[in-house]
Amino acid sequence: MIVGNAKPIEEVLSMIEPFDKLIVAGCNGCVTVCRAGGEKEVQILASALRLAREAQGRPVEIREVTLERQCDPEYVELMRPYVGDYQAVVSIACGAGVQFLAEHFSKTPLLPGINTGFIGVTEKQGEWSERCQACGDCVLHLTGGICPVTRCSKSLFHGPCGGSVEGHCEIDKEVPCGWQLIIDRLKALGRLDLYEKLRPMKSWKTSRDGGPRRIVREDLI
Amino acid sequence: MLVPCTGRVEEILVLKAFESGADGVMVVGCMEGDCHYLVGNIQARRRVARVADILEKIGIGGQRVRMYNLSAGEGVNFAAFANEMTEHVRGLGPSPINVVRKGPKK
Ligand code: SF4
Repeated sequence: MIVGNAKPIEEVLSMIEPFDKLIVAGCNGCVTVCRAGGEKEVQILASALRLAREAQGRPVEIREVTLERQCDPEYVELMRPYVGDYQAVVSIACGAGVQFLAEHFSKTPLLPGINTGFIGVTEKQGEWSERCQACGDCVLHLTGGICPVTRCSKSLFHGPCGGSVEGHCEIDKEVPCGWQLIIDRLKALGRLDLYEKLRPMKSWKTSRDGGPRRIVREDLI
Repeated sequence: MLVPCTGRVEEILVLKAFESGADGVMVVGCMEGDCHYLVGNIQARRRVARVADILEKIGIGGQRVRMYNLSAGEGVNFAAFANEMTEHVRGLGPSPINVVRKGPKK
């Protein structure tokens, strides 16, 4: 899932400073699961903003909505009938959702209520970690199911650097060395041959280096 | 307000109480370790802390919400806690929301 985290309330308050009639919009997708931008967080943020502004003597009217997904046009369009009645929208979806709302409602300022973190997993309740950087050309079948782009701090592709000490990365003793993980897993799978095989340099043209990406599926159009 | 377990006390319930004009909110749950639903009161404790943090940051005051734990048979303790909370909130004075709603002193 895409993992995000609430922006500090003070920051959201300063964003909404000029406005007194707002929508706070959540998303039922990833950000609901990571407890950053679902229906409950919409309620909490809206209530906190109302309280803060009323205490300042400048009450704010807030409509609370949570779309099924902010990254699909069918759901985004459900806001069209009323979005014009409000001065701005605070979206607590991921950055994709915020931008998609902005694209659809060109006259309405869109304010991000969360910081989008990464594509990751739930380690345990309240803890998430990164797993994928969407490089666009997956190599997990060669690396024991562990992503060198994400798990190695330097995104190395041909084994650990000299900073790997007792299984940990030189950036932080708490961070496992991605390449140590890969090698351990390949060993466990009996597939160290995959590590020993020389490979050409990875092409990054499918990654961010080629600019904003697009996937077109002719078979679905 | 009665709930079957403090595990039901989500952040928004406490925030709504402040929006409705409460000067303080006390959440009273069972003793930790004694929750019929295992962790309801532990969740409530975390949520109360979260609300306190929000209230502090938005200028309402984190001290206005507190959690107490006691067993269902401790009526005397309940009364003592309720009195303590009442005194505590009196000491804090009205919530800034209520000050604004009341308007300037004449
Ligand atoms: S120590 Fe391991 S994880 Fe850290 S940068 Fe070097 S190879 Fe990557």
